[in-house]
Amino acid sequence: MTTLPQHTEKKLGLVIDLDTCVGCHACVISCKEWNTSQYGAPLSDQNPYGGDNGGTFLNRVHSYEITKENMASQVVHFPRSCLHCEDAPCVTVCPTGASYKRVEDGIVLVNEPDCIGCGLCAWACPYGAREMDADAGVMKKCTLCVDRIYNENIPEIDRIPSCVRTCPAGARHFGDFADPQSNVSLLSDKRNGVELMPELGTAPVNRYLPPRPRDQIDILAPLLDTEPAQPGGLLGWVDRMLERL
Amino acid sequence: MAQPTLNTSPKVTDEIRQTTCYMCACRCGINVHLRDGKVSYIEGNRDHPVNKGVLCAKGSAGIMQHYSPARLQSPMLRVGERGEGKFKPISWDEALELATAWLAPLRAKAPEKLAFFTGRDQSQSFTGWWAQAFGTPNYAAHGGFCSVNMAAAGIYTMGGAFWEFGAPDWDYTKIFMLFGVAEDHDSNPIKMGLGKLKQRGARIIAVNPVRTGYNAIADDWLGITPGTDGQLILALVHCLFKARKIDLPYLLRYTNTPFLVNQDAQSDEFGLFLRDDNGKELVWNRNSQSAVAWDTPDASPELQGDLTVNDIPCKTVFSLMAARYLADEYSPEAVEESCGIAAKTIRRIAGELARVAFEEEVVLDRAWTDWRGKKHDTMVGRPVAFHAMRGISAHSNGFQTCRALHMLQILLGSVETPGGFRFKPPYPKPFEAHPKPHAKAVAGKPLAGPHLGYPRGPEDLAIDSENRPLRIDKAFTWENPLSAHGLMHMVISNAVAGDPYQIDTLFLYMANMAWNSSMNTRETMDMLRKKRADGEYAIPHIIYSDAYSSEMVAFADLVLPDTTYLERHDCISLLDRPIGEPDLMGDAIRWPVVAPDRDVRGFQSVLLDLGARLGLPGMVDDGGAPVYKNYADYIQRHERRPGIGPLAGFRGDGRAKGRGTPNEEQIDAYIENGGFWAEHIAPEHAYFKPWNQGYQDWAVERGLYDVQLPYTFNIYLEPLQKFRLAAQGKHALKPPEHMRDRLEHAMDPLPFWYPPFGQTDGFPLHAITQRPAAMYHSWGSQNAWLRQIHGHNPLYISAPVWNEHGFGDGDWAKLSSPHGEITVPVARMDAQNKHTLWTWNAIGKRRGAWALVEGASESDKGFLLNHLISELLPPQADGHRWANVDPITGQAAWYDLRVKIAKVPAPSGLRSQPDIEPQTSPVAAPPKALAYGKNWI
Amino acid sequence: MHPAKSIIAFTSLSGLGFGLMVLIGLGLPQVMGWPALVFGLLAVGLAGIGLLASLLHLGNPQRFLKAFTQWRTSWLSREAVFSMFTMMLFALHIGLLFFGIRLIFLGYLASALAVATIVCTAMIYAQLRTIPRWNTWLTPVLFLAFAITGGALVTAQIYLGLAGSALVLVVQIAHWARGRRALERSGSTAGTATALGGLGTVRMLESPHTARNYVTSEMVNHLDAARAKRLKIVVITLLVAQCLMLALLPITHAVVAGTILLHLAGVLVSRWLFFAESEHVVGLYYKG
Ligand SMILES: Nc1nc2c(c(=O)[nH]1)N[C@H]1C(S)=C(S)[C@@H](COP(=O)(O)OP(=O)(O)OC[C@H]3O[C@@H](n4cnc5c(=O)[nH]c(N)nc54)[C@H](O)[C@@H]3O)O[C@H]1N2
Ligand SMILES: Nc1nc2c(c(=O)[nH]1)N[C@H]1C(S)=C(S)[C@@H](COP(=O)(O)OP(=O)(O)OC[C@H]3O[C@@H](n4cnc5c(=O)[nH]c(N)nc54)[C@H](O)[C@@H]3O)O[C@H]1N2
Ligand code: SF4
Ligand code: SF4
Ligand code: SF4
Ligand code: SF4
Ligand code: SF4
Ligand SMILES: [Mo]
Repeated sequence: MTTLPQHTEKKLGLVIDLDTCVGCHACVISCKEWNTSQYGAPLSDQNPYGGDNGGTFLNRVHSYEITKENMASQVVHFPRSCLHCEDAPCVTVCPTGASYKRVEDGIVLVNEPDCIGCGLCAWACPYGAREMDADAGVMKKCTLCVDRIYNENIPEIDRIPSCVRTCPAGARHFGDFADPQSNVSLLSDKRNGVELMPELGTAPVNRYLPPRPRDQIDILAPLLDTEPAQPGGLLGWVDRMLERL
Repeated sequence: MAQPTLNTSPKVTDEIRQTTCYMCACRCGINVHLRDGKVSYIEGNRDHPVNKGVLCAKGSAGIMQHYSPARLQSPMLRVGERGEGKFKPISWDEALELATAWLAPLRAKAPEKLAFFTGRDQSQSFTGWWAQAFGTPNYAAHGGFCSVNMAAAGIYTMGGAFWEFGAPDWDYTKIFMLFGVAEDHDSNPIKMGLGKLKQRGARIIAVNPVRTGYNAIADDWLGITPGTDGQLILALVHCLFKARKIDLPYLLRYTNTPFLVNQDAQSDEFGLFLRDDNGKELVWNRNSQSAVAWDTPDASPELQGDLTVNDIPCKTVFSLMAARYLADEYSPEAVEESCGIAAKTIRRIAGELARVAFEEEVVLDRAWTDWRGKKHDTMVGRPVAFHAMRGISAHSNGFQTCRALHMLQILLGSVETPGGFRFKPPYPKPFEAHPKPHAKAVAGKPLAGPHLGYPRGPEDLAIDSENRPLRIDKAFTWENPLSAHGLMHMVISNAVAGDPYQIDTLFLYMANMAWNSSMNTRETMDMLRKKRADGEYAIPHIIYSDAYSSEMVAFADLVLPDTTYLERHDCISLLDRPIGEPDLMGDAIRWPVVAPDRDVRGFQSVLLDLGARLGLPGMVDDGGAPVYKNYADYIQRHERRPGIGPLAGFRGDGRAKGRGTPNEEQIDAYIENGGFWAEHIAPEHAYFKPWNQGYQDWAVERGLYDVQLPYTFNIYLEPLQKFRLAAQGKHALKPPEHMRDRLEHAMDPLPFWYPPFGQTDGFPLHAITQRPAAMYHSWGSQNAWLRQIHGHNPLYISAPVWNEHGFGDGDWAKLSSPHGEITVPVARMDAQNKHTLWTWNAIGKRRGAWALVEGASESDKGFLLNHLISELLPPQADGHRWANVDPITGQAAWYDLRVKIAKVPAPSGLRSQPDIEPQTSPVAAPPKALAYGKNWI
Repeated sequence: MHPAKSIIAFTSLSGLGFGLMVLIGLGLPQVMGWPALVFGLLAVGLAGIGLLASLLHLGNPQRFLKAFTQWRTSWLSREAVFSMFTMMLFALHIGLLFFGIRLIFLGYLASALAVATIVCTAMIYAQLRTIPRWNTWLTPVLFLAFAITGGALVTAQIYLGLAGSALVLVVQIAHWARGRRALERSGSTAGTATALGGLGTVRMLESPHTARNYVTSEMVNHLDAARAKRLKIVVITLLVAQCLMLALLPITHAVVAGTILLHLAGVLVSRWLFFAESEHVVGLYYKG
């Protein structure tokens, strides 16, 4: 099924708010714990208690530093997971059809029983969103918690991705980008949500909300009048205030 | 080819059990999913008041903690030398008999020979009660090395503190200033709150030498030089005074600013309040032009003026404040160089605070009545909120800096008002309502009262008539009179030095004192190993309760292995650090959601057993039989005061709240309710709590207080002046000569700034640590998932220092302080104060600890700054060495650390230095691979 | 990319094998009987070993048959399909040659399929926009040139070998030259990767994990420039030596064998570099 669907009914995805993300890694671990016992093979860890350790995660949070002349440097925390691209190169390169994009909601998945673990899809993904599991030898990636969002065994309110449900700062939002009135569409419109590496033509579904301008206090705040023209100085002012009370 | 069919409703869980997280001290509610009796998934409890469904990285990693290979398996007795980590397993009976054999003679002859100190456990009201029954004065928890400056400054000044005891009014605040916070105990609530502010577009200003985490998302960042927040805050105060942007009505109603202060410099009462015959503080009534008690109905107090009352020259507190803070030395221009924040920025911030406070008032349509009986139609608030934690408190000027911040909040009228800072029940509670310290040990007898408290003056110190400390940590002495949380960080070094006396048994619970919680780690390890001339250890017995194979375990003689947090009963009590939020009172439990698979026991139950074996009062009945079967039994049946027990919910017949007879089905009721109990405060009682009649009534009804406690905020802190008078020889109690100058200087009743102590010459840079959000002190490194995130910690170097020393990627540096040196890997970071270096806290691990295997990055590259920090300051001219603490509270001054840096070749094996010799692991080797969840595919 | 031995072996050996098939299919040289069988076995053997090596790279090699299904979109699948067809047809061709039957058309078809297979192999890499160094028509040309030159050397087609070697040298240098600024020219930067470029210069401060992960071990480059340069000089030296030997030395078995060895060494080093130097755009997320 490596042909991409012409059209998907929904375009489910995430909005990640870089203005709000505090880089706490809650989404990283929540994703790991949900997915290690759900969809497909567990997310294994190698040498978990030794040196040269490693493991499979479907979501990772970087920190970037941004420097600019005459500005204080700033730090932005940056969660990175599958963007469920509309023109997903990871799907078309797959030799086995294990990689596919769902017609109903646009979620990009790996059908693990079909995956030979060749790694090509990971090479094709610009975003580092796919990780081969060293134990199972199959490709793992964000499933957009496809096993939660429709799951009738969990309360309706919880039918959202694990990472979204857990994010303490509320920096992650889940919804349908095909619907212009959805929470994610509106939020992305309002806050100028952007695509990552648009130049690669992958047409990501997920959007990132850029950080709001920083360090504007010197420009925006009023200068306090510390010598107000009132008789009697502070004492006089206090007197008048007390009179009024 | 068709798309594969997918089961989108796979099975999730067999059963969900709701309890309280303990991956840190934040107390979030969790839903623990079980499959085949194993933990499969942990998520936040949506109904829980603390976290409302969210969970942090640590909380989600609970599975890996619960199944950690570092879990201790059974009680152990040391067989090798201290610190080697060689043990033999013993039975619980042997362990408890041995402990009883060590402790019983101490209790009979000299209870103070037992020092019992605990870490960030959540049973301090219980462990304190036990220690009191034992009779030793030597009990405290971690607060002294943690953030007692913040707690004590808050409680003394306004009857409640930051920590997790209060919170910004996230729903209404329009401008929020955050000082020196990386994570804090209110881990999730702060993140949730910041999220709310972001959603509303409220302005966040972060004051922090480093711009990461919360500080990275702040709209404005002030990269302050460590230890100078007091200067910044008081410069803001200066500007507000100058611009007359002060909430005078608020000051008049709710603070001691109108109180009259004795100005007769010759008097023994200089600087104390004038009082009437009933001991009530006096104010000057503008109506009657006479001095009256502050709470006289309808009085109209004067705020300023040079007065003479009963022939005593006096001034109002407000006048003293104006005189001080209007002075040029508090101007932004005077401090910009030192604190590293441009004067114009300080002025802009003052302007913005004033604008929002006075032009964007929040008015809530809630009528309320104050304690004077006056009715108010609305609740008017100033939507500026502040929060701060160890960045300002972990300095030797921290107490005064924290007080300065509270003063700023109060001047803006933003404490307990809409949009400002709010207390969480059981707070507000003025310091006068807290106990005083008790420290007099009597052989065979319990201590007369609680160990820790809030001294009102020199008479409450824990010293004997020769000024000798009664406590091993020298808490409540002239060196640090208001050490409300004790000084756990001084226990080992004092005990080994035999100063003030020798002890026999050090009993520690949940604190990794041989590693990250001690200053001067390497020498602390030597102290624990130190032997006297007769071959006996300087501390003859060490008993330790830990759940995991920590560094401290290796130094214990007797190890009492605890359960994990999912295997035991716990109680997050209103007597201690409950789950309250500004709008509700609440408490919570933990209960065994899975059964232990090892020979381990919940520590509190063990302590009750030990108490019963020792025959401690309250723990045995008249016939000597144990009163409580275990901790769960204690939680349900213990009464601290009649009707008041560890848990406030479901008392009596199951419906009583706060007060009520013990209920044998209480724990079941908590479990049924999701592991917690909460009662909301009526909206019209939810602000102005210290003065809100309705709140006060409710608080008494619910047992938070026994009588109503309306009070004023203490901008002027009279107890400090009492110590200052003592330092001047004007008190019946006289501090030793060599301590007087420092005491007099520090004990200023109005907030001021002084440079942090310690040597700075030759050490031009500051070095600090931050808590990583995804690690909890030393516990996190045994966690297969978390340690992938923070497996080692570079030293982050500011760009100018980086360039000056010609550092490049992958380089190493030698960092030296007046006390020692370390060699560590470095990384560059621009977004930090240019004089400051920093690293993540507690990532470095001793080889062999935590079931980590040789080659683990935590031991190879990871490091602690603690080696550079001495628990004592360098000797003075007279040879005296002060502890490296705040002179008022004894708070450990971690962030005073000064260093110099040099580029050095990478050490052999790329191992950071000092490379401490390994400990033998007392637990089995860990697995070489994990694929958690495989069983359930 | 991590220069995995299995992948280097796969591309190099199967390249040589299919290159050999191209030549034999074209009747260069015109062999029959036993020599045909020997050449045939050699070609299929090399291709087969290469393909088997590629299986080593798989996480679940037992499912390899599934890789034949997606030829509509996937170059890897096409490669699998073409290599099988090619080998089958070529085997038939060799079988007939062994019995003295030469179907010229069949030979040409096998040759064409072998060329297609080599192109497919190359396209697995050349298609990847994520690796700007590879994402060029020069990549299939380079692969083809290497393969056919190898085939020519093994079949001792001296002039073709010489021309091929010279072509390889030129294309290789062109590939490198283009590659040097390929990432830069692709327009992808840490700024576009994070969409934060508008704010200033973007630099990774903290890696998401201090531990390694699949992406960092597999796709983030760790090759230092000096080493790359040294290895390029090695490849150029090998290729120049190869050309000089073919042009100047009397053609003996030893000389031919020598050039084959040089060629093999050249392919292996070149391929190692091809992978090690690739610069996947995901590295931008990890750029300190
Ligand atoms: N350089 C530097 N040093 C610091 C700080 C800093 O900022 N910088 N911060 C200081 C502060 S504020 C603090 S609070 C201290 C914290 O330092 P510690 O109090 O030492 O905290 P932890 O490392 O968490 O160690 C607690 C111990 O409790 C054990 N434990 C965990 N769970 C359980 C359990 O359920 N039962 C039992 N019985 N034991 C358990 C752990 O295994 C560990 O050995 O560090 C201080 N040290
Ligand atoms: N994830 C996680 N959460 C924790 C803990 C943990 O280990 N991990 N530990 C818990 C414990 S025990 C405690 S006590 C709390 C402590 O919570 P925090 O107070 O948040 O702890 P620190 O990491 O010490 O943060 C101190 C902050 O102050 C800054 N700082 C240092 N010096 C100065 C200064 O002079 N001025 C200013 N303005 N800032 C300064 C540092 O850069 C740092 O950001 O966190 C608790 N929560
Ligand atoms: S949980 Fe939310 S705030 Fe934390 S790192 Fe993930 S997105 Fe950022
Ligand atoms: S982000 Fe990567 S894995 Fe996800 S759809 Fe896009 S290309 Fe594929
Ligand atoms: S690794 Fe699996 S999913 Fe990815 S391309 Fe290969 S077969 Fe397809
Ligand atoms: S949507 Fe699900 S799978 Fe994807 S990152 Fe979030 S938790 Fe992980
Ligand atoms: S903040 Fe995290 S670790 Fe702490 S109690 Fe809450 S969920 Fe658990
Ligand atoms: Mo702490």
